[in-house]
Amino acid sequence: MKPNRLTVFARGVTYVTLCLMAALTLTPLLWLLAAAFKGQNELFHYVFFPPPGLLTVVNFQELWEAMPFGRYMLNSVFVASTTVVVQLFFGSLAGFALAKYEFKGKRLFMVLMLATLMIPGQVTMAPLYELIYRLGLMDSFPGLIVPQAVSVFGIFLFRQYLLQVPDELMHAARIDGCSEFRIYWDIMMPISRPMVGAFCLTSFMATWNSFLWPQIILHHSGRFTLPVALNQLVGQYQQEYGTLMAGTLLSILPVLILFLLLQREFVEGLTAGAVKG
Amino acid sequence: MTTRPNSSSSTHSLHSSRGYHLQQKMAPYLFISPFLLLFAVFGVWPIVKSLVLSMYATSGPKDSVFVGTQNYRYLLADADFHTAVKNTVVFAFWSVVLQLPLALGLAMLLSRRWVRGRNLFRLAVFSPYLVGQVFVGVLFSVLFIPQYGLLNQGLHATVGLPLDTKWLADPALVMPALVLTALWLYTGLHMIYLLAALQAVERELYEAAQVDGANATQQFWAVTVPAIRPTLIYVLIMSTIGSFQLFELPYIMLNNTPGPNNSGLTIVMYLYQTGFVTGDLGYASAVGWTLALGVLLISLVQLRLTGAWKAREA
Repeated sequence: MKPNRLTVFARGVTYVTLCLMAALTLTPLLWLLAAAFKGQNELFHYVFFPPPGLLTVVNFQELWEAMPFGRYMLNSVFVASTTVVVQLFFGSLAGFALAKYEFKGKRLFMVLMLATLMIPGQVTMAPLYELIYRLGLMDSFPGLIVPQAVSVFGIFLFRQYLLQVPDELMHAARIDGCSEFRIYWDIMMPISRPMVGAFCLTSFMATWNSFLWPQIILHHSGRFTLPVALNQLVGQYQQEYGTLMAGTLLSILPVLILFLLLQREFVEGLTAGAVKG
Repeated sequence: MTTRPNSSSSTHSLHSSRGYHLQQKMAPYLFISPFLLLFAVFGVWPIVKSLVLSMYATSGPKDSVFVGTQNYRYLLADADFHTAVKNTVVFAFWSVVLQLPLALGLAMLLSRRWVRGRNLFRLAVFSPYLVGQVFVGVLFSVLFIPQYGLLNQGLHATVGLPLDTKWLADPALVMPALVLTALWLYTGLHMIYLLAALQAVERELYEAAQVDGANATQQFWAVTVPAIRPTLIYVLIMSTIGSFQLFELPYIMLNNTPGPNNSGLTIVMYLYQTGFVTGDLGYASAVGWTLALGVLLISLVQLRLTGAWKAREA
């Protein structure tokens, strides 16, 4: 069937709308990219990019003079990666147990986990603060990582995924004399590879962007993560837009790059919980 | 445990086979225990403790007095808390009302089978979600500045809005600025969910509707909406819950203040101020539980309303 005039028109409208929305969405990010490489005089003189000769890295130099920004990036990388690894290990191991074994208290445990999902995280902020204070973990990376070490979202994600794996695979492995942990490590983890990728990315992003908890427990500037450092920068360099934009650009770049590398798994991970129910 | 049980050999294999069965029986408990321990200490206990704490007046983590329901009674009369609730509700309402239809519209355009470059469009619209709230806050606080800010420049050129519109200094404009920022940030996320749901709808359903002579609007209500209903409800509830937890955007964009006339004060910002700036963790816990109950109530109402809607569709 050849498209008639009306469908050609409808297609045109669809593409124009989509392009317009994409352009509107990307404009702020494009502006950010341009602003990070413009000097003070060029910043508002050119809406986006100035002639190539006027591009400059002076904002980044000023950023490094203002604060040990490289240190903060390393802090963020360390905290986010460690949190991801810990969440991944505990979550997948427990998710495996919930998917493939029957044991006492399983139902109670699952109901309890679902119940805690209903309660916004901010509710527990005050007692967690007390707890971290008592444990002497204030102002430390463990104070950031340990309370986030278990991800209820993660355990359900892995349980959901591993439920589809046929039990015969486990029986066969047992006949071969595989220990239960080896079944987890050598069979279940490789099978859940797509889920592992998706979970790592969502979890990395959440930790990377997290602000309220680090803001509460970090006081010593040497331990700041990027969101806390950026907030500090805004307070001190409010009018230095170029410096602020350089810092913002560097802060969002790692997540953007990770996403571009693993786009498909990322989207799968986000929608896995919602669409499958 | 890695030795292979071998039925043909002697006592050694018997022993190892008994151990083998034991490890099989104990495995789920061992696998779950590290998670369970951390979950109990950092997930369950703080919830119970915060309920207790909400009945204490505290000053820092060391000093507290039991006051019963006094914190909650104070909240009922606390003008700042009322402002925070009002702002948060207004923000959540406009966020959901603007983000969801826009996300659904975009998802429907993108789900058309003949659209080329779907992944690129999806990536473009989704990309803001990758930028954390704090970084969005810093970026938009510059985009919103009077005179030179990109938004004022753009609006001046297109609809003639005055260049000196003070988005973040005028109490009447703070909320619109926050709603607009959240619209940019979250529409793409909702779109991803809805697009995935739309692409899973079976084509036969539409073909059958066409055979029955249903037009586009009728197909939308009779086929599309029922088919993606679970995802719609999920997105509705998650975006409502998320909107009620608004904190980073106003906190950063208003330079760590509640804004002019408290126009950017939200419930979580109030929790943060009372608990971690003033140091009354008890009062902050009471704010937190009020938020939790409010969110739970609204989610139940939404489930109820969308459930009733389903009954009528069926």
